[in-house]
Amino acid sequence: MSGVAKKKDASGVVETNVSIVKVAPESGFRRFANRFLEDRVAVVGLILVTIVALLALFAPLIAPQNPYDLAKVDIMDSRQAPGAKALDGFTMWLGSDGVGRDLLSGILYGLRISLMVGFLSGLIAAFIGLAVGLIAAYFGGKIESAIMRLVDLQLSLPSVLVALILVALLGKGIDKIIIALVMVQWAYYARTVRGSALVERRKDYVEAARSLGLSHTRTMLKHILPNCLAPVIVIATVQTAHAISLEATLSFLGVGLPQTEPSLGVLIANGFQYMLSGKYWISVFPGFALLITIVGINLVGDRLRDVLNPRLER
Amino acid sequence: MLAFILRRLAQAVFVVLAMVVIVFFGTYVVGDPVWMMVPGDASQAEVEEVRRTFGFDKPVYMQFLAFLGDVMRGDFGRSYVHGGSAFGLIIARMPATLELAIAALVMAIVIGIPLGLFAGLKPDHPASRSIMAVSILGFSLPTFWVGLMLIMLFSVMLGWLPATGRGPVISILGWETSMFSLEGWRHLALPAFNLALLKISLVIRLARAGAREASLQDYVKFARAKGLSPRRIVGVHILKNILIPIVTVLGLEFGSLVAFSVVTETIFAWPGMGKLLLESIQRLDRPMIVAYVMVVVILFVSINLIVDLLYSALDPRVSVGESKA
Repeated sequence: MSGVAKKKDASGVVETNVSIVKVAPESGFRRFANRFLEDRVAVVGLILVTIVALLALFAPLIAPQNPYDLAKVDIMDSRQAPGAKALDGFTMWLGSDGVGRDLLSGILYGLRISLMVGFLSGLIAAFIGLAVGLIAAYFGGKIESAIMRLVDLQLSLPSVLVALILVALLGKGIDKIIIALVMVQWAYYARTVRGSALVERRKDYVEAARSLGLSHTRTMLKHILPNCLAPVIVIATVQTAHAISLEATLSFLGVGLPQTEPSLGVLIANGFQYMLSGKYWISVFPGFALLITIVGINLVGDRLRDVLNPRLER
Repeated sequence: MLAFILRRLAQAVFVVLAMVVIVFFGTYVVGDPVWMMVPGDASQAEVEEVRRTFGFDKPVYMQFLAFLGDVMRGDFGRSYVHGGSAFGLIIARMPATLELAIAALVMAIVIGIPLGLFAGLKPDHPASRSIMAVSILGFSLPTFWVGLMLIMLFSVMLGWLPATGRGPVISILGWETSMFSLEGWRHLALPAFNLALLKISLVIRLARAGAREASLQDYVKFARAKGLSPRRIVGVHILKNILIPIVTVLGLEFGSLVAFSVVTETIFAWPGMGKLLLESIQRLDRPMIVAYVMVVVILFVSINLIVDLLYSALDPRVSVGESKA
């Protein structure tokens, strides 16, 4: 294949991914899907992510118990080993936690919160990052150097530290965690978008759009942005996994979500005190749920990076 | 060269100043610290008294200038909880954190480079695939989760290594250290590995990419044609050339090791400054948080500066002139 043909392939992939149906030929998406599915590990990742997402979505229907309905939880059930029968009669396949909640149910509900925080913060951060990155690349000059200074400054500090400090300043609560995660992530999106928008801006079609008298906003959003989305999709998957992991870390450290919003990190933290006495399951099973989620998303992201990157195409 | 150093120095000072501003106004907008310092049943007069003592009655810009002056002198205020100088408390905890971070760094090099070299030189070997799988896991596993697993495996189930604390410490020229006893090393093993895991994965990737690239270069082909032993080609020709980027990245990553030690220290009850930060956050001990942030930012900026300067000195291709991003 020649270099030109490769590029065409890649841009076809990009367009289908943004689901601009009118532009994208159907074969583009099919080719993308086929290439994605070639890698077995990635397929496993995709299956894991799908299962986790479905479990989180339908948690209230699947879970044997609503762990936050105090009428349903009995303190006599606390710290039961995996497989024990609850007083209500159902089997607690993964055991129960320190206050008698069925652990499986707790994990399913925890997944909801973890995924919600991860996706929501990623979405907001992507929105801000895209806007800022596009503006920087499009207008250049002083605006660009000011924005990129800020981005570089933030990216030079480790995200855990930034998040910890923000949480220390903002306080506990699900909204504050989301704010902190957004502030940590936006710079990654901004840098990525600026990088590819800089390349796109110099291309002829942008010149053409400007010559036709289209506004800056329209040129940026309708012409440049769709061509910059491939790396953004890759960053988005990786960042979502990162956000979920970061939220779990903060919650584990006791500065993240409060006990009233028990994400997986909170569950793991609650179980930590029992771990040294051998009641491993209270921490370990929520940990596995977290692990499967993060690894699944990362496997998908890894494959997306290979498929969407025209330079790596063989 | 001098102009370059001066410009970098000015940039570093600018970053530190920017952080001072951000930290000061960040804490300022969060709320009135007086209420954290007085007992709940304090009278209005007592509240005013505290406010005056700490200078909270002055206008914002006056407070900021006072804060700036204090920072210049290395005075970050007194801890609300411990009473002593916040800066002094952090410095006292620093040796533990630095020992942990350095141990992790050494581990990353000693484990990461050989594995990465192997994976890069024999990309199709089954062991290489496992190495790369492990490195992907190392990237995606949250640090605290790995720490939990290490404790469970080595402390609870096998009982080989202690899970908490630092072991016996002795003081050498004012530096509290646990490096000179077997017990100290046993305490160090798990937390250091926990902290190192992320960097091991990073080094594996760097070394692998470097080895793959280098083994195709002409100088390696030439060395092979000359009949040098494979051991010498790998050990001298390839290793030397991939070391520069690895050492640079690891230098930059040292700061992030210090930052991540917050997590590791908390899990393993390692008495370093990260654990102190977390306790301070939980108790809303604001001067401690501010002092920690400033110490870490200064540490970061200095590391970046040193690596930058070293890099431009070592590698003439790095342009000394305009460094436009």
